[in-house]
Amino acid sequence: MKAWLRGTVVGAAAVAALGLVWSGPARAQDEIRIGVIYPLTGAAASTGVELKAAAELAAAITNRELPAPDKLAAAVGMPNLKGAKIKLIFGDHQGNPQVGATEAERLITSEKVVALVGAYFSNVTATASQVAERYGVPFLNADSSSATLTQRNFKWFFRTTPHDDLFVTNFFAFLQDMEKKKGVQLRTLGLFNENTLWGNETTKLEVKLAEEQKFKVAEKIVYPAKATQMTSEVQRLKAANPAVVMQSSYLGDAILSMKTYKELGFSPQMLLANDAGFNDSEFLKTLGKDGEYVFSREVWALDQAERNPLIKRVNEMMKERSGVNFNGNSARAFTGVAVLADAINRAGSTKPEDIRKALQETSLSAEQLILPWKGVKFDAQGQNELGQGIIVQVQGGQYVTVWPFDVATKEVVFPMPAWDKR
Amino acid sequence: MTADLFLQILVSGLLIGLIYALVAVGLTLIFGVMDIVNFAHGEFLMLGMYASFWGFALFGIDPILSMPVTAALLFGVGVLVYQVIIRRIINAPMLSQIFATFGLMILFRGLAQFFWKPDHRLVTHTLVGGNVTLGSIQFGLPQLTAAVGAVGVTAGLWYFLHRTRLGTALEATAIDREAATLMGINGQSMFALAWGIGAACAGIGGALIATFFPIFPEVGSNFILIAFVVVVLGGFGSIVGAFWAGIIVGVIEVVGGFVVGPEYKTAIVLSLLLLVLLVRPKGLMGKA
Repeated sequence: MKAWLRGTVVGAAAVAALGLVWSGPARAQDEIRIGVIYPLTGAAASTGVELKAAAELAAAITNRELPAPDKLAAAVGMPNLKGAKIKLIFGDHQGNPQVGATEAERLITSEKVVALVGAYFSNVTATASQVAERYGVPFLNADSSSATLTQRNFKWFFRTTPHDDLFVTNFFAFLQDMEKKKGVQLRTLGLFNENTLWGNETTKLEVKLAEEQKFKVAEKIVYPAKATQMTSEVQRLKAANPAVVMQSSYLGDAILSMKTYKELGFSPQMLLANDAGFNDSEFLKTLGKDGEYVFSREVWALDQAERNPLIKRVNEMMKERSGVNFNGNSARAFTGVAVLADAINRAGSTKPEDIRKALQETSLSAEQLILPWKGVKFDAQGQNELGQGIIVQVQGGQYVTVWPFDVATKEVVFPMPAWDKR
Repeated sequence: MTADLFLQILVSGLLIGLIYALVAVGLTLIFGVMDIVNFAHGEFLMLGMYASFWGFALFGIDPILSMPVTAALLFGVGVLVYQVIIRRIINAPMLSQIFATFGLMILFRGLAQFFWKPDHRLVTHTLVGGNVTLGSIQFGLPQLTAAVGAVGVTAGLWYFLHRTRLGTALEATAIDREAATLMGINGQSMFALAWGIGAACAGIGGALIATFFPIFPEVGSNFILIAFVVVVLGGFGSIVGAFWAGIIVGVIEVVGGFVVGPEYKTAIVLSLLLLVLLVRPKGLMGKA
């Protein structure tokens, strides 16, 4: 009763306010316009297309176009807005921060979206969310992990995914656990990261954590992402001979580096990748057997579905609609739209300020999500406090969860066999 | 640095350098003959890679075996581009020429993305797959094949331009369009031929690179910046210049990247370019 009353009052206020600005309240009532900015063309387009499909699936579930498990966050729909439908309006940032900002501006000013979701690349998320901050429109980021994004004290920025600080901290915890379990020494590191904001931030943090936890950085390389060859990089790694290589790459350079490792016969005991290119569905399709034994951090793995029927069901829906299974990126994009939809419903309004307040009050539990998190709850800076990462390994052409050991579905294969012994 | 390691890096640099030369010779040929910079050259390379990929994926034909077909296809694309677009802008202002080939670049990328999806593809098995170990040095057989191909293409082009009647006619058109026309050479056909051969070179390059490099619609952009550096360094229009400049750029990139740090490898190459332009603006072997 109370919620109904509040919804009506807020709704009436929204109608009064919005009616002055655009065509009329009818559209605002039955169509909730959300801007979604992803790299739909350009080098990361194959990832962008998957992210788009995942966002569309979340919208379809919220709009009740598909039957979904009741527990799922998105399945609640929009009862507080009289079953209004979400309409996703897509923008293409092409991997370019300037284009991302322009697209954000276009979506806000000419498409009149009530909130934005995006943008996968941390550097594009940075510029696009600045535009949202300026216009006072909520920006929900589901899939950029640069820690700095939530250190800007933005009022309108929310991030559901755990950020790099946490993921990278996980790497070191994983190595320590491995040392204990296997009785091995994994103290020399080769840091091998690409040179955009993401790779640079990762490098800084890895150096800091290595120092704190008494690991030795044998080699540190920040390479240009658009490479024709990675020979000099791999030769330097090879010369330094670290036990573990920690690598952050997008898809093209992830493939090229793997081929160069093989060509030059470089195999560290462990290749610990930082998601992104290594977890793209194209990575294993392209490399086949040569992608085996790679470790990567993840927020999601298909084998989690074995442990959780809800994840299994939603993944089947994704596969039916777009022909591919979820991966860590698309599962997060899905969750981003779902979290935003939940907030809009609770706000019972499409006014940006109401949505922002509702986001701040978000409290989703583990059972409502398709990610292995403890839930979703934002801190004062807009960062989800309840997210956590896992470590997967490629075994038999699949990404299987191997750490934390208590949620693992398979045993770690270690060390990585040399190329000529496979 | 040990001698073995140095030799290894040198060989790696040499191999990638020859591949740069392979991409650059077609570009420099077109410029040499008609003073038009082809911004879509990287896309010719991309089309060559896709032609090889589809030959492999659909018919199981190795990129090396399908290379003559790829070269012929790209020759056709080059001639077609000339007849449909370039012919009309030969005497247009330079800005129009730049926009025409730049637009072509965007068109080709867009078409590739539309028809073949933005996915990264790879030719997973090839006749020339695997590694070669020579003493302590290791390198990929595909890279070696591509390097040998680069030498072959450059030598073939040189022979064609200097030792055949048709090639000499092309060279004559390059030196003086009007005088060549007065001598009875059909300038239009020569230009079409230059575009055909230039594109065919990119096609051969694409076929060779497809044996070891991921294939995607934007792949041309990875190579084209370096190819321009190679063309300018070697001297606009000089085939032999592009060949040596390719090797120099490759070796400097890999050795410089190893010694100074991989994050600086592109900066090192571009600094070298600036230096050469300061000292010798026409490039190593360019005619003033």
